[in-house]
Amino acid sequence: MSPARIPYLLLLPATLFLLVFFVYPFGLVAIEAFSRDGSFTAANFQTVFGHWKFPAAMTNTLLLALVIVPIQTVLALAMAVLVTKMTRGRDMALYVFTIPLGISDLAAGIIWLAIFEQSGFLNSMLYHLGVSEQPTIWLGYQSKWVIFLAVVLAEVWRATAIMLVILVAGIGLIPKEYNEAAEVFGASPWKRFTRVTLPLLRPSLQTALILRVILAFEVFAVVATLGGTTLPVLMGEVYQWQFALQDRGVAAAYAIVILAISIAATLVIMRALRVPKEARI
Amino acid sequence: MAVIEIKNVAKRFGDFTALHNVDMTIADKEFMVLLGASGCGKTTLLRIIAGLETPSQGEVWIGGRRVDNLPPRQRGIAMVFQNYAVFPHLTVFENIAFGLRMQKLPQAEVERRVNRNAELMHIEQLLKRYSGQLSGGQRQRVAVARALAMEPEVILMDEPLSNLDALLRLEMRAELKGVLAEAKSTAIYVTHDQVEAMSLADRIAVMHKGKIVQAATPIEVYRNPATRFVGGFIGNPPMNFLPAARAGDGRWNIAGFQIDGPATDRVLEFAIRPEDLVPAEDGIPATARIVEPLGPHLLVTADVGGQQFRAVLESELRVVPGDQLHLAPLPGRARWFDPETETAAPVTTAA
Amino acid sequence: MSAVTTNATDATPAHRKRGQFWMRAAVVVLILWVLFPLWLLAVNAFSSPDAVNGFPKSLWPEGDMGSLNFFLSFQGVTGALLNSIIVAVLTMIMSIGLGAPAGYALSRFDFKGKETFRLLVLMTRAFPLPLLALPLAVMFIRTGLDDSLFGLALVHTTLALPFAVLITFSLFSGIPIELEEAAWTLGCTRLGAFRKVVWPLIMPGIAASAVFAFVISWNEVFAASVLTIQNRTLTAFLLQSLDVSPMPLKFAGGFVLVLPALIFIFLVRKYLFAMWGIANR
Repeated sequence: MSPARIPYLLLLPATLFLLVFFVYPFGLVAIEAFSRDGSFTAANFQTVFGHWKFPAAMTNTLLLALVIVPIQTVLALAMAVLVTKMTRGRDMALYVFTIPLGISDLAAGIIWLAIFEQSGFLNSMLYHLGVSEQPTIWLGYQSKWVIFLAVVLAEVWRATAIMLVILVAGIGLIPKEYNEAAEVFGASPWKRFTRVTLPLLRPSLQTALILRVILAFEVFAVVATLGGTTLPVLMGEVYQWQFALQDRGVAAAYAIVILAISIAATLVIMRALRVPKEARI
Repeated sequence: MAVIEIKNVAKRFGDFTALHNVDMTIADKEFMVLLGASGCGKTTLLRIIAGLETPSQGEVWIGGRRVDNLPPRQRGIAMVFQNYAVFPHLTVFENIAFGLRMQKLPQAEVERRVNRNAELMHIEQLLKRYSGQLSGGQRQRVAVARALAMEPEVILMDEPLSNLDALLRLEMRAELKGVLAEAKSTAIYVTHDQVEAMSLADRIAVMHKGKIVQAATPIEVYRNPATRFVGGFIGNPPMNFLPAARAGDGRWNIAGFQIDGPATDRVLEFAIRPEDLVPAEDGIPATARIVEPLGPHLLVTADVGGQQFRAVLESELRVVPGDQLHLAPLPGRARWFDPETETAAPVTTAA
Repeated sequence: MSAVTTNATDATPAHRKRGQFWMRAAVVVLILWVLFPLWLLAVNAFSSPDAVNGFPKSLWPEGDMGSLNFFLSFQGVTGALLNSIIVAVLTMIMSIGLGAPAGYALSRFDFKGKETFRLLVLMTRAFPLPLLALPLAVMFIRTGLDDSLFGLALVHTTLALPFAVLITFSLFSGIPIELEEAAWTLGCTRLGAFRKVVWPLIMPGIAASAVFAFVISWNEVFAASVLTIQNRTLTAFLLQSLDVSPMPLKFAGGFVLVLPALIFIFLVRKYLFAMWGIANR
């Protein structure tokens, strides 16, 4: 066999798989979203945009991402810097910090449900502290903002780890000499972080943000566990239309909406944190 | 018998040509060094001979057999890599035995060869260790032993000493020379270190920009560089070059100093090695700028009509920056280059 | 003289010491932030159903297996557990089987189309992959793969394959090509060199990325809920019974869902950062 053919042969299975199970189905979603009874139409989108829950679902999804992702970014950066500065116990801390990486959004939702439910740990602790005698209903359908807060907490708790891992790996790629040079030239720790580490970390930050924002737009199980349908989100609507309402066209249109905001966010982040090839490490 | 013939070999990577139509014959048991700066194509040429790279055109023959279509394992070669490539998951013994096991030699023969070559490279006490437990120098020895154990017709070495520190390099160089002389293999050795090349080679092929510019014995390359590049590349400090003006038939004037040279109408450049200069009453006038006492010699960087000019002088001489020197070439050591073609002009003088 | 030197080395400047105190305090707080919610889940899982429903709750488990037993004997749970494992194992095998050859090709060869393939793989990140379940549900009905574990494993493989490709790419890149070349010059064929040199070195890393693929599948909620009806996985089972199932069932289920993740993250912790480091370049 000629060596020039080997790489293609090795790539063939993965490529075929992605074509059949990734590219093709997305083509199908697009077709499904734009057709009704076999003819081209924007009716599905009209249904989506005209539905009373859409504005809420859209606002909630975007707002959740807008609140969660910045908190996670700052927290992940802080954790990454802490971890790289640690000498003793570094591996232990890293292991603990990355545990949520293996925890599904559903499990995270259940965990925070254990805290916020009426007979849950939050109320129990308040009781033990003597703050309140009667358990409060935190996650009722009237307390939308508490549900929102609980979802934020659960998501920050669960999904900061993925950013952390990317950032720690990224910091590991920055040669120590740059920081030492900055220190010799008189930069304070804070200046070293903002002027040296952060700019050099931009490629990793970019990856972490893209990954995280897209996952934030897909938020679903955590919300379903903590809020049921009180806090509608886009992915939950997809699920509703697919199952409860049995309308695949509208579900597909919702999917296209999620896809559109995902791509838009990716492009914005890529542009905002772009690093010219010549300026990379 | 393993004569190596390279016939019209070229290698292109996209638009970049790494090797231009190289022709070379290496005699049986010859030690050939490919010498050049990084990016000159020497490693590419070695890898083409090894079969790790496919030439874009041309033929490679080893021992009368055309091999450019054969995989490395069928070429009768062994190779020592720059980063040693000692397998981290195998012991030193199994590393040296690796190729022998591939040939399915009987266990007794494998053990005999491993032990002999380990002894030869002074690593017999390390046979049970893993690569992670070895120093760079020890890994180097394993890599050489592994190649020698193959008893190959051709042994290829890609900058094998470049990752060792200076002292170790000196030691290994001498050892390699002894071991390889005994091995009776044809050897091709790639390096950018001219001292290494001079010390090891039967013949040096100086490469520049994908071409072999001169292939000759070390002393020939040193004394009679074929091009201005070779003159400047070989020797440390490098050769001096000064513009020369024709002063009659076969006579030349260099900054006021008169000397015999080639009888030609062409414009020529005068060249002399720093160590071939001595102070003389009527020598080339030069102003000392930097004086570096190097122990056995005095390295003087001077200036002749605004051009940098170096001389290696006796260490007893007392020279301070600003001194006016007169430096004359030793007889028969002046060389001449045609600045247009950058090639050497014949030194047959009129006299 | 000696007194002076000891002083110079021992005395950490006061501001450094203070800095270290705050650093350690921050690490402890962050560790508690990650572990405490997990602890609360465990408290619920190891308490009797009565205690789980009761109020106020203790922060200490009863050590009662009642909830877990109730969960495990609940109708459909063992089946769902088994289904989850089968799907995860299938995903693991397919994503590594398809991804590792591609990763090897990317790390070892330069060829036309390499960038296109990389783009295809990276593109999968910008798309909300669980949405694939919608068109595939239709496709599977046509091909008889609907409600089958294999069908779900195919979707999960789409999720895990890009990671498998990038992770194995970085793993293979970590093995100097010189080692392979040395094996070739010592008499190995390409395949022989791979078997004798690359494979023994890469195996632990491959195992780690396989574990990663397993976790991705194990945790996936949306596609599993869309694609399985009779053959539910654990996540699908828990999601679909959210509204109807009693609290002890949820918490014991959440605990069972989290447990393997904890073990897996522990197993692959050594590879986590190496994998992410290069995979994101």
